[in-house]
Amino acid sequence: MTFTAIVREPIDPAHVLTLIGADQDGASLLFLGVVRDHNDGRSVGGVRYDTYEEMAAEVLSEIVGEAARSAGTDRIAAVHRIGELEVGEVSVAIAVSSPHRAEAYDASRYIIEEIKKRLPVWKKERYSDGAEEWVEGRPPTAPNTVPAPPAGAPQADAPQADGP
Amino acid sequence: MYGHVEIRTLFFASYKELLGTGELQVDLPEGATVSDLVSALRSRGGAFTALPTEPAVAVNLTYTDPTSLLSDGDEVALIPPVAGG
Repeated sequence: MTFTAIVREPIDPAHVLTLIGADQDGASLLFLGVVRDHNDGRSVGGVRYDTYEEMAAEVLSEIVGEAARSAGTDRIAAVHRIGELEVGEVSVAIAVSSPHRAEAYDASRYIIEEIKKRLPVWKKERYSDGAEEWVEGRPPTAPNTVPAPPAGAPQADAPQADGP
Repeated sequence: MYGHVEIRTLFFASYKELLGTGELQVDLPEGATVSDLVSALRSRGGAFTALPTEPAVAVNLTYTDPTSLLSDGDEVALIPPVAGG
């Protein structure tokens, strides 16, 4: 079972890891997006994420579903935090487990790249000089222009046969 | 006889700040498209003219083409460039 959530409270990476994993999985992978202290040469004190929550919940679930089908694992958890975050806090956590590492890396990378392309979330940076600005962002990619899942990844609705 | 459709229109982030509101009910003639809604908003003048002519739009939680027809009661969100992750 995949798990996705848009949350306001701090993300606990150890908890996210408990949502994945299975006896047939030899790889467990955790990606964290973290608020950094600079952007475009400016010193960042913190950020605020806004969202269209109902839609973000649906889009995140779609993205994870695509990754699951492509990578042949449903042991995937993806959580995005909304609200005020300080430098060093986790904004997004993606955990994937699969029999072998390649599928986990592919799925994790696909999910974070698609989040950046189409999750309806916006980020306002607070700079150390007191100014605030919306991060420019990118025009979201509409579903009919969404690229196919990673090339070379196994296409599987059913679990993969265990290969090398 | 011309019918009309009532559209719940949502604004987020920079658009919400620009317009000073996150939500408007907009009345349009039956047969109106997403693109017609954007034109109607921009024709309100003032800050509305600063909206893009072709913003990304979601109808009922799904990204949608500007030529899509709107139905009475649709929830339409104007989606600024996204910056999640």
